[in-house]
Amino acid sequence: MHKLLTDQPGEKMLLLGNEAIARGAFEAGVAVAATYPGTPSSEISLNLFQMSHESDFYFEYSTNEKVSLEVAAAAANSGVRSFCMMKHVGMNVAADAFMTLAYLGVKGGMVILSADDPFMFSSQNEQDNRYYGKFGGLPLVEPSSVAESKEMVKYAFELSEKLQEPVIFRTTTRINHSNGIVELGSITPPKTKGYIKKDPMNQVPVPAVSRNLHVKLLKNLKLAEEIAAQSEYNFIDGDGELGIICNGVSYGYAKDALKDLKLEDKVKILRIGFSNPLPASLIKDFLKGCTKVLIIEEGEPFMEEAVKAFAFEEKMELTIKGKDETLFSRLYEFDPVMVTKNIAAFFDIAYTPPEVPDLSNVPEIPQRPPNLCAGCSHRASFYIVKQAAQGMDTICPTDIGCYTLGFLPPLSMGDFLICMGASAGASCGFSAATDQKVIAFIGDSTFFHSGIAGLVNAVFNNHNLTLVILDNGTTAMTGHQPNPGVEMEKLGMEGYNRISIKSVVEALGVPKITVIKPFKVKKSIKAVKEALEFKGVSVIISEEVCTLYAKSLKTLKVRPFHITDKCKNHKTCINELACPAFFLKNDRVHIEPDLCVGCAVCAQICPENAILPLKNRE
Amino acid sequence: MDVTRLIIVAVGGQGNLLSSRVLGEAALLAGIPVRMSEIHGMAQRGGVVESAIVFGDAASSIISDGCADVLVGFEPSETLRALNKCNKNTVVITNMTPLPPFTVAIGRGVYPDLDQLQTLVKEKTARLIAFDAVALAKEAGNVLAVNMVLLGALIQTGILPLTADQIKEAIRTKTKKAFVETNIKAVDLGAAAAAQD
Ligand SMILES: Cc1ncc(C[n+]2csc(CCOP(=O)(O)OP(=O)(O)O)c2C)c(N)n1
Ligand code: SF4
Ligand code: SF4
Repeated sequence: MHKLLTDQPGEKMLLLGNEAIARGAFEAGVAVAATYPGTPSSEISLNLFQMSHESDFYFEYSTNEKVSLEVAAAAANSGVRSFCMMKHVGMNVAADAFMTLAYLGVKGGMVILSADDPFMFSSQNEQDNRYYGKFGGLPLVEPSSVAESKEMVKYAFELSEKLQEPVIFRTTTRINHSNGIVELGSITPPKTKGYIKKDPMNQVPVPAVSRNLHVKLLKNLKLAEEIAAQSEYNFIDGDGELGIICNGVSYGYAKDALKDLKLEDKVKILRIGFSNPLPASLIKDFLKGCTKVLIIEEGEPFMEEAVKAFAFEEKMELTIKGKDETLFSRLYEFDPVMVTKNIAAFFDIAYTPPEVPDLSNVPEIPQRPPNLCAGCSHRASFYIVKQAAQGMDTICPTDIGCYTLGFLPPLSMGDFLICMGASAGASCGFSAATDQKVIAFIGDSTFFHSGIAGLVNAVFNNHNLTLVILDNGTTAMTGHQPNPGVEMEKLGMEGYNRISIKSVVEALGVPKITVIKPFKVKKSIKAVKEALEFKGVSVIISEEVCTLYAKSLKTLKVRPFHITDKCKNHKTCINELACPAFFLKNDRVHIEPDLCVGCAVCAQICPENAILPLKNRE
Repeated sequence: MDVTRLIIVAVGGQGNLLSSRVLGEAALLAGIPVRMSEIHGMAQRGGVVESAIVFGDAASSIISDGCADVLVGFEPSETLRALNKCNKNTVVITNMTPLPPFTVAIGRGVYPDLDQLQTLVKEKTARLIAFDAVALAKEAGNVLAVNMVLLGALIQTGILPLTADQIKEAIRTKTKKAFVETNIKAVDLGAAAAAQD
C-alpha cells in the first residue's frame, strides 16, 4: 500500500512537503485531481497518481494546465472536491479559465495549487503568484512549513466550500522540497460522483450573466476578507512596539532570528497564511501599537504595498519597510542569516553575522553543469540537424524540456526560448520577419501541451519553417510523466488511448513530413537535409525513446562501446557530441563503460571508425 | 534543545537523498525535531545535489553560508565547493574518490589537487575526516553504499544528537530489505574509519 494511504490517525511520518500536500488532499476527500507536471510541484501529482490506483479518487495527467483546471472546475461544479496542481508558470497557461471560473464559482471545494520557485532553481522566471489571487479576486493561502501544508490543504477545501469559490494554495520550492514531521489525520472518504444541475443564468457567462457574477464575486471577496481576519492562519506571536509581518518560509527565518537576537519579547510577528484578500482590520490593529514594522516576504512587495496603504488610510505615523536597497530584495530566495541581518539592521540591534571562510586561495572548481544523459536521443537529433543545416543562415527557436540543454556547446542548438510551446509560434514570427532559415525544436509533451496551436498557425499562414519534434515517448525533464503520445501499456496501465504525433501532423495538412530514427546518423542527415530545403512548413519527427526512461522500464539494451587503437586523436567525438561517457586520459579519448549505453552515435561519426562495441565486457 | 546544522553535498546518483532520509527517520524515532531541505539541480543529469538538515529547536529548513556545524561531502571537489557553508568550527567529512565533472573529462577545467584540497579544508575548518569511502563501500559488499559509509563516519563524530543504534534502526525499517545487512556493515566501516582519523 502507498504510504500516504495509511489509515492511522496520530501516526507521525517524515514527509516531503509535496507528500504532505498530497496527503492533505487525500484526508480532505478529494474526488478528482488533475495536473500538468512541473517542478517544484511534480511529486504532489506523482503521489496522487500512484495513490489513485489503490483508492477511489480519480487522477489524471491532463494535456496542459488550462485543461487540468477546466477538468477540476467542472468536477467541483458537479459538487465533488477537486484539486488541480501546477508549477507557477502553469497558472499563466490556465489563466483564461481561471479568471472566469472565479465568476462562476464552484459547488464542491476546489483547490488550485501554484508552486512558485524563488531563485528559479528549475524555472524560467520567478513570478510571484500571490498576484493571481488579487487578479482573479480569489482567496489565497500559503503555508510556512511542511506540517502546516497538510492542515492548510484541508482548510483550503473547507474555505472553498464555504465561499463557493476556488481557493489558491501557493507554495514555494522550499516548502515543496523540504521534509518535516507530519502527524496523519483521519481520512474523509471521497464523494466520487456528483451531479450538475442545468443553471445557464449562473453557469454560462455571457455579458448579462457575467455582470451579475462579478457582483457575486466581489461580495464573496468581502466575505473572504472577514474570514481572513478571523483565520487561524493569520496569527500574532509576541508583543511589543516593533513589528514584523511575514509569510511562507520567511516566518521560520524570522522566528529563528528573533531567538538569536534575543528579541522575542520585544518584537511581535504577524504571520500571514491567508494572504488574499489581506485582512485589513487585523493588520490595522497590529500596526496601531507599533512604531516600526518590517515586512518580510520573498518575491514582490505584495503585502508591503497593502500594509502601507492601510497605514495611510488610518493616517498612522510609523515606519514600514520591506523591499529596499538596504533591506530585502525582490530577487531570489531569502535565507536565515539574511533575514537576521535585516531584522537587526532595521531595529538597530547589534549583530555579527557568522564568519564565512576566506576562500580567496581556493582554486577555481570546475563547474558541474547538467548535461544530456549518455545516449540521449536529443544529442543525436541535434547533431544530425546541425550537420544537415551546414552552410545555412539559421535561427533555431527551442522549447522547454531536457532538450533545452542542447543550447550549450558543443551542440549549440537553441537560440531563442520564451515558454512552453513558443518555439512553434515564434518560428512563424521569424519566418515573417527574417530571411533566415527557421529550424525549431519541441519535445513530444510540449508539442501536445501548446505546440500544436503554433503548428496550426504555421500551416494556415503558410510560413516557411521546419519544426523538429523530438519524440522520446515521455515527459522526461519533470520525471517521465505520461503524455498523450505515451504508450501507457508499457507502464502496465490500461484504459488509455495513444495519440500519434505523425497522424496529428498529417491531419493538419503539413506538406512535408519526415520521420527519422536519430541513432541512424547518415540516413537521418540526408532526410533532414531534404526537409530543410523544402519551402513552406516541414515537420521532422525524431523518434527514439528517452534513455533514462528506457532504463527505468528495463527495456534498455546496454552495449557499451570503446575506442580502439585505430583512433588518430581527432577528438571529433568529444568536440562535436560531448557525450558524458567520454573522458580524456593523457590527452587520449576514452569511453567509461559504466556510463556508455551504446547508442552508437559516436561510432558513426568517428572519421577513423575507431569506436567499436566492447566485446568482452567483464 | 540545541540546534545542529548539517549540509550534505553529492553528485546526482550517489544516494545522498537516501542518507538524509535515514537521518530524518532516525531523528523521528529518537523524538528529535528535524527539518530538511533538498535541492536537486537536475540530479539525474549529473548535477549537484545538496541537502540541508536542521536538528533541534529551529524553524528554518535551510542553512546559510558559514552556518554548518558539519559538512559531509560525497565527492572531494563538491566538498571544496561547499566550503562557503562552513566556519572555523565546522567538522568536515569527505569521501576522497573523485568523480570528475564532465567539463574536466573533456579538458575544459582542471580538477583540484587532492592534497591541496585537504590542506585547504583543514586550514579553514576545525577538523577534516577524509578517506576513501568507495573502497569501504566495496568492502561492505556494495559500491553504492558510499552514503552509508559516510553516515557511519558522521555518527561516530558524535556531533549529531543521534546514536549509531538509532541510525541502524532507521536503516532496518526504512531502507530496502535486501540491502540492510550491507548498509549496516557500511555504517560500521565508516564509523571505524572516522575513529582512526
Ligand atoms: C507552463 C509550464 N508547465 C510546465 C513546465 C515544466 N516543464 C518543463 S519541461 C516539461 C516537459 C518537457 O517534456 P518534453 O517536451 O516531452 O521534453 P523532454 O523533457 O522529454 O525532452 C515540463 C512539464 C513549464 N516549464 N512550463
Ligand atoms: S532524461 Fe532522457 S531526454 Fe532527458 S537528458 Fe536523459 S536521456 Fe535525454
Ligand atoms: S555509444 Fe558513444 S555517444 Fe553513445 S552513449 Fe556510448 S559513448 Fe556516448
